[in-house]
Amino acid sequence: MSSSGVGTSKVRVLPGFGISMGFTVLYLSLVVLIPLAALLFNSTGLTWGKFFEMASNPRILASFKVSFMTAGFAAFANLFLGLLLAWVLVRYEFPGKKIFDAIIDLPFALPTAVAGVALTALYSPNGWIGSLLDPLGIKVAFSQLGITLALMFIGIPFVVRTVQPVLAELDTSLEEAAATLGAGRWLTFRKVILPELIPPLLTGFALAFARGIGEYGSVVFISGNMPMKTEIAPLLIMTQLEKFDYAGATAVALLLLLVSFVLLLLINTLQRWSRKTSRR
Amino acid sequence: MNKRIRKGLTISMALLLTASLAACGVDNTQSAGGGGAGKKSGAIELLNVSYDPTRELYEQYNKAFAAYYEQEKGQKVTIKQSHGGSGKQSRSVIDGLDADVVTLALGYDISAIEEKGLINQGWQEKFEHNSAPYTSTIVFLVRKGNPKGIKDWDDLIKGDTQVITPNPQTSGGARWNYLAAWGYALKKNNNDETKAKEFVAELFKHTPVLDTGARGSTTTFVERKIGDVLLAWENEALLSVKELGKDKFDIVYPSVSILAEPPVAVVDKNVEKKGTREAAEAYLTYLYSEEGQKIAADNYYRPTLDTVAEQYKDAFPQIELFTISDVFGTWEETQEKHFSEGGIFEQIYTPGS
Repeated sequence: MSSSGVGTSKVRVLPGFGISMGFTVLYLSLVVLIPLAALLFNSTGLTWGKFFEMASNPRILASFKVSFMTAGFAAFANLFLGLLLAWVLVRYEFPGKKIFDAIIDLPFALPTAVAGVALTALYSPNGWIGSLLDPLGIKVAFSQLGITLALMFIGIPFVVRTVQPVLAELDTSLEEAAATLGAGRWLTFRKVILPELIPPLLTGFALAFARGIGEYGSVVFISGNMPMKTEIAPLLIMTQLEKFDYAGATAVALLLLLVSFVLLLLINTLQRWSRKTSRR
Repeated sequence: MNKRIRKGLTISMALLLTASLAACGVDNTQSAGGGGAGKKSGAIELLNVSYDPTRELYEQYNKAFAAYYEQEKGQKVTIKQSHGGSGKQSRSVIDGLDADVVTLALGYDISAIEEKGLINQGWQEKFEHNSAPYTSTIVFLVRKGNPKGIKDWDDLIKGDTQVITPNPQTSGGARWNYLAAWGYALKKNNNDETKAKEFVAELFKHTPVLDTGARGSTTTFVERKIGDVLLAWENEALLSVKELGKDKFDIVYPSVSILAEPPVAVVDKNVEKKGTREAAEAYLTYLYSEEGQKIAADNYYRPTLDTVAEQYKDAFPQIELFTISDVFGTWEETQEKHFSEGGIFEQIYTPGS
């Protein structure tokens, strides 16, 4: 989202701004804007009244809370987990590293329903892991914890893949310099490495979060779909469609888009700001 | 300056191109479909858009019908099938899937297609028995030996009994479950609606998981071993017992249940366009024939033809059944009252209502 300097008379080294901008607009329209516009046009019969009725329905609000909370928690947990994974993959050599690296991408490729079924089988009260947790009174499947786990699974590659290249490019001489000046490992990590990693971490967080909000397939199996408790917003869109209420479905979808957009905008702003401050 | 103009031109070109491409897309969808079918001379192709549990039934029936039709009319007919959740299938037809006939889980899903003008009004009277050639009912699937001693609807809300049923708002089949429970409670309490609502609310308090579809609920109950009783269509229950072995599950018939009527209809707009009306109507009519009825019964649907019902009377225990029009009126009214925003199902889950 960097500003490309339209209208400024900066001299560019490479020509072709016009044509590349044209292409950008074309592709953005085809792939993103037109489908979104179709969403709007498809909402025949959606009135403001209906929209506000939907936006104030307690069940829909509850599902939004579930969706945003679980997606937020999952993305947050992935920050740490993803940083750790990226760190290990970049900084150490070990046998089978290539395979590990490839495994990270699997959640991208796996049909989400498969992930959902597999996770449910693991964590349901008589599953391998669930049966161990059940006596301790920890309920994973059919609870918000289960949803969070599913979303962590879906979101982890985003964080790893955004942090990895930046970490690989980091100049180790800075760390060596910090060490010669007497900084301990923790201080070095905090003062030298982390500031460089914050922008990609935020990007990864935003991507994982956005993906988590819209995720349907892996969640409906593990969540139990109890109204007011573990129902996610995308499921309510399906519920509207099941009633042939296209307007209602669009209303929920628009609401979801709106909230997501505002949150992503916030995260992006934060990221730009952190980039500025880290380039002292 | 010159550059500026060029830039502007490029962008507007791109936009124009976008617009025209989009227009092409629209054209394409309009001209697509309707190809290759409906020529009276050669073979006919029919598309039957159905719901999930009829997969095996129509596999068998399509062969039988093709043989019959060729003998009868001297014309080859191939039938393509499409299966999925009933509501989703209905939406596909509304959105332009070229179905000649629809065979879905409930009248509501066909009425939705009618509302869009694809099916003529009065479709429900076109074929016998409200256009439902086969029927089913809602039964209980319990663990082998029935450890919880479940005999009737009342036992479902006793103690810590856990009931597995899909969400009636996302699953057509689950709406029958819900309505069966409601109808039972009405019967028991002299049509007292408040009491019926209490009973159904209590029932859903005993439901730990609400899957989005009937197959999902079956998985939860059978594979995950969650719950004590699964509310299921009789045909699904019988199939589960056959597939998974008699040593794992028992079927319990409650004292009273609902007569589930999965209806069929010709999609008038599409058959007129493709010129397949005759074959499509024959296809649905033949479901009522002796052979069609036998195939339905072999696939655990209750036949409506008396002679066939007589042959299969041991397979389908006689219990008291009420229809949706007996107790609830039309599907539209029922849907509005129970499953809409702020409807009874939602009230059950919303605190303070």
